[in-house]
Formats: sequence, structure tokens, C-alpha cells
Amino acid sequence: MKRKWNWAIWVGFVVVVGGLFSYGFFAEYPITRDFPWANLSLFAIGGALLIFGLFRAFGRPQLYRGKIFGPILTAIALLLIAFFSYEIFYVLRQVPLSTHAPRIGERAPDFMLLDQNKQPVGLGDLLSGSRAVALIFYRGFW
Amino acid sequence: MRSFQQKLSEFDARGIRVVGISVDSPEINRRQSQKLGYTFPLLSDPKAEVIRRYDVLHPGAGPKGADIARPAEFLIDSSRIVRWVNLTESIAVRARPEQVLSAFNQIEPAGQ
Repeated sequence: MKRKWNWAIWVGFVVVVGGLFSYGFFAEYPITRDFPWANLSLFAIGGALLIFGLFRAFGRPQLYRGKIFGPILTAIALLLIAFFSYEIFYVLRQVPLSTHAPRIGERAPDFMLLDQNKQPVGLGDLLSGSRAVALIFYRGFW
Repeated sequence: MRSFQQKLSEFDARGIRVVGISVDSPEINRRQSQKLGYTFPLLSDPKAEVIRRYDVLHPGAGPKGADIARPAEFLIDSSRIVRWVNLTESIAVRARPEQVLSAFNQIEPAGQ
């Protein structure tokens, strides 16, 4: 008897890969960027499908395929999840401590820099006629 | 940054100027502003002098090991006093405009 296609393994693997590559999309929105729960949910769904598929492949091998591809795809999926977790929970957290950054109650250091029209802009210019300045330091687009 | 642009009218209504600072050149800032529709100024600190002054330098984190700014947000009042700071623990997590607005609302209650 021809054995059945073990769809759970393949779908699970595709969902895990999708969980990795959808980060660029989910990172566009603060709610899914601040904590990557959307990506982790996809990993969980994909992982559950892979486990289900492996149980079928090894539990009823006369009925289902996947004894070779199942472990291979599961191993690749685990590596992808490990890579994602390393990047998100370790690499992106390697931020300097900035212990000497101005604190609440301290005077903000002055500056004079060129804006996008090459006009010099200082902190005093920004504060004149306004009640506060929200100063946003960002990594840049290079 | 995009989220700040989306909420810019709320900053304007309170008299808060939003401004970005990075190591990018004015040319890049001009292009980015046009591309992303930013109407607040982007300031250029190519040698990271101001970035160092605020101690928000991320050494070697830029292209080819260049020094760049780490994400950080400050709310400065009209007497140049820092009233609120956000120093993120992850590059992926940055201040949301609502946080800055609520920090401002707390230091300057409406109607003043």
C-alpha cells in the first residue's frame, strides 16, 4: 500500500520559515516589534505541526511517510528558531548602557547641527516658541 | 519615527517640537524626509559629537564599524531641563509617541 503524504511536516516547516521571514513585516508595527509574539506564535504552530508529523511518521510508518524528511526539516526548523531567538534576545540587546546620558532634572547639552536643508539648528532655536522638544536619537539609514 | 510623524498633530497641539538626530548626512536626511513624508527636522551629526555629548553613542554598530547613535529619546522643557528619558534595552524596542505625550501631560497639565 502506498503511504500517505505527511502534510503536517511540510506545512509545519513552511510555517516556521514564514515565522522567521515575516519579522521584517511585523517589525513595522510597534505592537509586534516590541515583543515578537507574532513570530513566536508562528514558531509554536509550526513546531506543533512538525511534532504531530513526526509522531505520525514514526508511530505509524506503514501509513505515513516522513521518517527521513521529518527529522531533517525539524532540525532545520529548530536551527532557524534558535537563530531568531539569538538575534532578537541577544544581539539586538547589545545596547550601550549610556550611564552618562543626561538624566531627568539635568540640563540638556546644547548643540548646533545642520538639518535636512543644510540649515543650522540649535536646541535654543527648537525651544523658542515651543514648550518642549522631543529629541529622538536614531541609528540612521546610512 | 514614522509613528511620531503620524502623531505629529498631537505634538504640535501641545507645543512640542519633534526632532531626530543621527549620523546621517543632510542629503540622506533630505531623501528620507521626502521618501517617508517627515515634516519634522532631521539633524545631521556625522562625527557623532552631539551623540557623544548625550552619551548615546553605539561604537562600531554602523556600516563598516562606524560609530552611530543608539536609539534614545529625551523630552526637554523650555528651560532646557530633561523631563523624561527613554534608553531602550533593545534596538528593536523604541519609545512610542504616546509615551512622550503622556510624559508631557504629566509635567505640564493641560490648560497651563
